Amino acid sequence: MTDPTALTLAEARDALVARKLSSLELTQAYLGAMERARGLNAYIVETPDQALDMARASDARIGKGEAGALEGLPIGVKDLYATKGVHTQACSHVLDGFKPTYESTVTAQLWRDGAVMLGKLNMDEFAMGSSNETSYYGPVASPWLPPNWSAAQGRAALAADKRGLLVPGGSSGGSASAVSARLCLAATASDTGGSIRQPAAFTGTCGIKPTYGRCSRYGMVAFASSLDQAGPIARNVRDAAIMLRSMAGHDPKDSTCYDAPVPDYEAAIGRSIKGFKIGVPREYRLDGMNPEIEKLWGQGVEWLRAAGADIVDISLPNTRHALPAYYIVAPAEASSNLARYDGVRYGLREPGNDIAELYEKTRAAGFGAEVRRRVMIGTYVLSAGYYDAYYVRAQKIRTLIKRDFETVFADGVDAILTPATPSAAFGIGEKGSADPVEMYLNDVFTVTVNMAGLPGLVAPAGLSAEGLPLGLQLIGRPFDEGTLFSLGAVMEQSAGRMSLPQPWWG
Amino acid sequence: MSVDQATVRRIAYLARIAVTDEEVPHLEGEINAILSFVEALGAVDVAGVEPMTSVIPMKLPLRADVVTDGEIESLVLANAPLAEDDFFLVPKVIE
Repeated sequence: MTDPTALTLAEARDALVARKLSSLELTQAYLGAMERARGLNAYIVETPDQALDMARASDARIGKGEAGALEGLPIGVKDLYATKGVHTQACSHVLDGFKPTYESTVTAQLWRDGAVMLGKLNMDEFAMGSSNETSYYGPVASPWLPPNWSAAQGRAALAADKRGLLVPGGSSGGSASAVSARLCLAATASDTGGSIRQPAAFTGTCGIKPTYGRCSRYGMVAFASSLDQAGPIARNVRDAAIMLRSMAGHDPKDSTCYDAPVPDYEAAIGRSIKGFKIGVPREYRLDGMNPEIEKLWGQGVEWLRAAGADIVDISLPNTRHALPAYYIVAPAEASSNLARYDGVRYGLREPGNDIAELYEKTRAAGFGAEVRRRVMIGTYVLSAGYYDAYYVRAQKIRTLIKRDFETVFADGVDAILTPATPSAAFGIGEKGSADPVEMYLNDVFTVTVNMAGLPGLVAPAGLSAEGLPLGLQLIGRPFDEGTLFSLGAVMEQSAGRMSLPQPWWG
Repeated sequence: MSVDQATVRRIAYLARIAVTDEEVPHLEGEINAILSFVEALGAVDVAGVEPMTSVIPMKLPLRADVVTDGEIESLVLANAPLAEDDFFLVPKVIE
């Protein structure tokens, strides 16, 4: 076999079961690719010993005919998931040295099904960011070169401060970069306002944020508990479906985790979408919208229509309130969740003369600028006198946003097609340094989905005029991820398989 | 609504994050930029709308009132920056 890292997750699974390839060979190929790609900074910790042990154990199980759904398949894990005995810091300095004594439910289920852990992936600190530039471990570079850049230019920038290279999106930037650069078959990610879907769109990969409650949040470092959901980033729609099936499912350790069987999502791939009613929301057509994005969206509509779907114009009137309301709700929950980082029980500790000084100095030293900003905004909107004006009002607006979706679903709409991002990927160091809101606008198409708790899938849909990947988003009814996989597969097939960048990085 | 420098210091105190004098004007600008971004929400008619408490309607599950773990002091303290015997150590709190 030539290069085993060229196989998709489904292809690798089939090759392992057919004994054309061993998990050990596959895992070694990935460990080699990771070593050559260290300049991208996608992995912050590599776990080769664990990976090789897991691969050998998988090969033994395959030999005995006991292969699980992901047996022997090497994947990467976002640093937000607790992995027993392995670095888990959500890429924050405040969790300095933290090695959990327990495993997150999502990763435990992946290991139960036979997956192999390659290492921990970079991310924005506490998942707060849209470019993976807020990580304590430095920015991640996208494997997609900026337009008209040579490989040598790219390597020189990697060796320097990475400026000018493209961001992979965020917060799951390490996951997206690693999947796109073929440094793992697929990766776990998480999504609070778009952190799975925006990086997937920027890197030509497929990502799904399932319905709130579909995956257990146990052992995931919390950002905004009413919005956070686990999900995969993978090379295509089928691989994402295979990953989600293992990640999802009921868990008594998370009281918000939904108690219902997990369907075989892979079976939804290739299913006819004839007669499906697809809504196109007029409020997503923004003033001054990038014409390329608008054109791509129209193209997506035509693909689905050509496959037999009925296209209807719909209205989601409260769309424009979603992003501002999110920037009240998410920081409020973050300020509460992040109160636990106090230098007493785990992580960083800066000595103080009294307990208050210990807290204040530890948190000042441990939180980066974006995290501090959001904790302070959250503290303000929850403080006495402002709680009703900001927080309660935002939660009422959240009810209105959800009601908009309920109305169109009640009218028979099966799924909604929208753009995924306002543009293709931008450069490292290009956005948000003067005004934090500039970066927040990246989530304008994705954040409504979190506010309403719905599933959202982003699949690659084409390239910009400059040759950079662009994605489209499909939004579904609660717990109807299967429909999104069926529609996403049609879109992917119509767009043609995206060729991922060749390794210029080393 | 916007915040002044005294309010920024008050918020930092409530959030238990030490800020330096040089950081305060900077934070004031950033926080006000975000507050002005969310200001438009004040004009939305929310009369009679219930605030959201659970995004997916679901009954809070109850579990049997039994002990499910314990006797794991070493695991609880495994990541402590400073511990002695079975306790986390902190500066003196009570004189």
